[in-house]
Amino acid sequence: MTITETRQGETVQLNVEGRVDTNTSPQLQKSILQAFQKGNAVVLNLERVDYVSSSGLRALLIGQKTASSKGGSMKLTHVCDAVMKVFDMTGFSKMLTIE
Amino acid sequence: MERMDDLHVQASNDTLYTVLDAIEEYLNKNSCEKSIQTQILIAVEELYVNIASYAYGGDAGEAVVSMDVSGDPKRCRVTLMDKGIPYNPLEREDPDITLSAQEREIGGLGIFMVKQTMDQVEYRYENGCNILTIEKGIEEEGETE
Repeated sequence: MTITETRQGETVQLNVEGRVDTNTSPQLQKSILQAFQKGNAVVLNLERVDYVSSSGLRALLIGQKTASSKGGSMKLTHVCDAVMKVFDMTGFSKMLTIE
Repeated sequence: MERMDDLHVQASNDTLYTVLDAIEEYLNKNSCEKSIQTQILIAVEELYVNIASYAYGGDAGEAVVSMDVSGDPKRCRVTLMDKGIPYNPLEREDPDITLSAQEREIGGLGIFMVKQTMDQVEYRYENGCNILTIEKGIEEEGETE
């Protein structure tokens, strides 16, 4: 998994590519938390992600909790069908902001 | 019926990709539909990481992963075995997926996802071994019961 970051004002976009699994999700979690130190709005572009296991969900949940506690926002974009299925079956599609 | 060679690995997150790569290669050979393949890989990851984290209470220990595909329409069966502490992860209570982010506890979703995506999930304890078996049709979704 690789993550590249772009920034525009208060918005930090993380472009994630590859599998979000047990071994890679700590990196995603760290990137999300660092992004919230740089801006109040974090956008996760998941266009190139087709695999999210429960450890990835954990990173996203921590990101969402951080957004709420900071009064900021976390938004997911370009979520593919396979990942959306994971979000739907775990209730994450209602809990997260997905565009 | 075609079987994958049994995979004997030291149960650890470091060997996760050894297991997933072998299963992915075997599913590719058997023309497994892509989205089903991802579901199977995620299910194996969830079960394997559970073994790596808890089966041997932090000590080193072996896991054996075996897999076969059979039938028409094709179904795959993956079995994960360890000789660790007897534990049935399927008995764990399902998480409440209607809670908000603030109310949610971290974790507990892995086994739930396995139960949701696989056609069959079974645990048994036999001859000192925890044996977890998952089954899933590998052709187009909806074609298999």
